[in-house]
Amino acid sequence: MSVANRPTNRPLSPHLQIYRWQLTSVLSILHRATGIALAVGALYLATWVIYAAASPRAYALFQGFNTSIAGRIVLGGWLFSAFYHLCNGIRHLFWDAGYGFGLKDAYRSGWTVVVVSLLATALSWVVGLKLI
Amino acid sequence: MDRRTPLARARGLGSAKDGVGHWWAQRLTAIALIPLVVWFAISLVMLSGADYTVVRAWIGSPLVMMLLVLTIAVGLHHAQLGMQVVIEDYVGGDGWKLALIVIVKFIAVLFGLGAIVAILRIGFGG
Repeated sequence: MSVANRPTNRPLSPHLQIYRWQLTSVLSILHRATGIALAVGALYLATWVIYAAASPRAYALFQGFNTSIAGRIVLGGWLFSAFYHLCNGIRHLFWDAGYGFGLKDAYRSGWTVVVVSLLATALSWVVGLKLI
Repeated sequence: MDRRTPLARARGLGSAKDGVGHWWAQRLTAIALIPLVVWFAISLVMLSGADYTVVRAWIGSPLVMMLLVLTIAVGLHHAQLGMQVVIEDYVGGDGWKLALIVIVKFIAVLFGLGAIVAILRIGFGG
């Protein structure tokens, strides 16, 4: 075994569960989680147009799931994930450009992201349910 | 002290060998997705309760076709770039890591191409 691969007994830094939950870390974790959800959601979206191209029967099958309770939860989750990842992604782009790193700014932009993405999701549901 | 060779410094690719390519692609696709996702989310809500013919007519209109292909292509590209980072962060063992990254990229291309063919087929009536 080479020196680099030898197991060591060095002390480890405290792991996640040691730290108190705080807005900034929760939003960071949520960005990843919604990103993974949206990656799967993108495949779902691709499947949607493929079924629409296939046949009326195939599309009815797909719509059957969409209009079920489980389907509604998936679509609602997709919408929230999309709005959240979109808003928080814009927050990340500002950081990439070098703005908003102060503690106060980070919290203000964080709460803005939470409020805007929840409002956008709620508004989508209200409008969507009205149209059905 | 900088121990890099002058050539390595000039290339500026760093230890990962691909420089800022991945990072930059993720940002570019992120910026492109801002208007695309807003447009798509609004469209999806407005299509609530729409039946098969309405949905097909919507997908097949020229502007929607273009924007949908863009959304799916750019979205899947962004998704696989992001998934690559997640896999690199959490999956231990180089074999598994490489295998998963390859699978994610293949799936993205497969579904992307499938969706684009489907959209064109609806639009051009196949």
